Amino acid sequence: MADNFQVTKDGKLKHLLSIDGLSKEIIIDIFNMAESFLKIGSRDVKKVPLLRGKTVCNLFFENSTRTRTTFEIAAKRLSADVINLDIPTSSQSKGESILDTVNNLIAMGADIFVVRHGIPKTPEIIAKAVNNDVHIINGGDGNHAHPTQGLLDSFTIRRFKKEFSNLKVAVVGDIKHSRVARSEVCALSTLGVPEIRVVGPDNLMPDDLDNLNLIHFNDLKKGLKDVDVIMMLRLQKERMEDGDIPSEEDYFKQFGLKRDHLRIAHPDAIIMHPGPINRGIEIESEVADCKQSVILSQVTFGIAIRMAVMTMLISKKL
Amino acid sequence: MIKLPSAQDLILKLENQIKLILDDSTCLIGIPTGGHLIIKQLCKNLGDHLNYGLIDGSFYRDDLDISGVKIKEKTSNINFDIENKKVILIDDVFYTGRTIRAAINELFDYGRPKEILLFVLVDRMKNELPIKPTYSAYELNNDKGDYINLVEERNILSFEVKNIGR
Repeated sequence: MADNFQVTKDGKLKHLLSIDGLSKEIIIDIFNMAESFLKIGSRDVKKVPLLRGKTVCNLFFENSTRTRTTFEIAAKRLSADVINLDIPTSSQSKGESILDTVNNLIAMGADIFVVRHGIPKTPEIIAKAVNNDVHIINGGDGNHAHPTQGLLDSFTIRRFKKEFSNLKVAVVGDIKHSRVARSEVCALSTLGVPEIRVVGPDNLMPDDLDNLNLIHFNDLKKGLKDVDVIMMLRLQKERMEDGDIPSEEDYFKQFGLKRDHLRIAHPDAIIMHPGPINRGIEIESEVADCKQSVILSQVTFGIAIRMAVMTMLISKKL
Repeated sequence: MIKLPSAQDLILKLENQIKLILDDSTCLIGIPTGGHLIIKQLCKNLGDHLNYGLIDGSFYRDDLDISGVKIKEKTSNINFDIENKKVILIDDVFYTGRTIRAAINELFDYGRPKEILLFVLVDRMKNELPIKPTYSAYELNNDKGDYINLVEERNILSFEVKNIGR
């Protein structure tokens, strides 16, 4: 259990480091606010002045396109100024420590940092070191957490399925190396999803599987039976060791989502993927583009969720 | 505790004033929650050939770090063009003028109306900005700082007044 210093004593969100430790009430507040921001995204003028004068700093020590871009769009739609730090060319490569980099940016007036780092808990270390009026959002740390992805995925489920209390959800793929899976599972169990299945080969399952109250299937067909939501994961090749999977072809044969599988799941099941998609490895190309796929909605909803999180960090507790 | 006239009577006065200035370009936009309740009644009496909408303004307020963002059940909803239209903003109570300032700012992100008017049931005469209602059905001259709110019960609108000891 993460200690809960991301939420203040009176229940206000101060940092967003992991979904572990967030109450159902805070998550629902974020969803309801995101709902209003979705409407702004469909207007001609897609901007509101909520964060005018604030500075959001994207600090990405690992590659990202979607997350970084959607954080940037979210901040700009709130009228904040955005600084994207290109780490390979920054002072980091000249040997400056992360905290020194952060403190320099705070001295330049940064209010919110979105931090992505390969080492778990780096955002938490930064959050513990900064003063009260600076806020840290975890944009993905190693295999630990990716809270905004977990929030936007469960928000997507709420948009399509309305209720959580009657759902069967299958998370398919490389659970062990996936921070997305951890955040998704945590969000869904907080929101009261009664049945969460994890589907994948034994060696891609986390060691603490039993503590997480999940049902493990190592057969895709059995794992997908009657599910309402299919959440595919990307193979985290960068975090794998040799021999974790036999070959991409074999993996696709056993665990790639194909057209035939959709008949096993509930007829209205939605298909999700956090991106980037490896077509022909985790998911058949045709399935990624089929009617039941909500993969691009996830991207749109991700902007609204990130706007809501940034607003909640800056806003005074109601 | 302050005494207010019946809300239904004030809505009738407001409706009669609106009838005097209605033309082809008029649209009625309510500010939730009170303005939404009034709009629902006006829609019944003035007919659904007019354009009705809602503007919330919460994301345009100046007090994010003082009072936070309030998530309302009813948020902005304008699904018609306001360009060159006569927009009548409708709210239950006019107090400091800050809500209206925020609503007007948001309105301009939907287009450039020909004119914006403000019709309210009660003017508390405590404006903090150079903004005043075009028409108010009732002016409150002995404001004690109570909390005044329009509420709906069995389709009847009435004022809820709470003494919050300001």
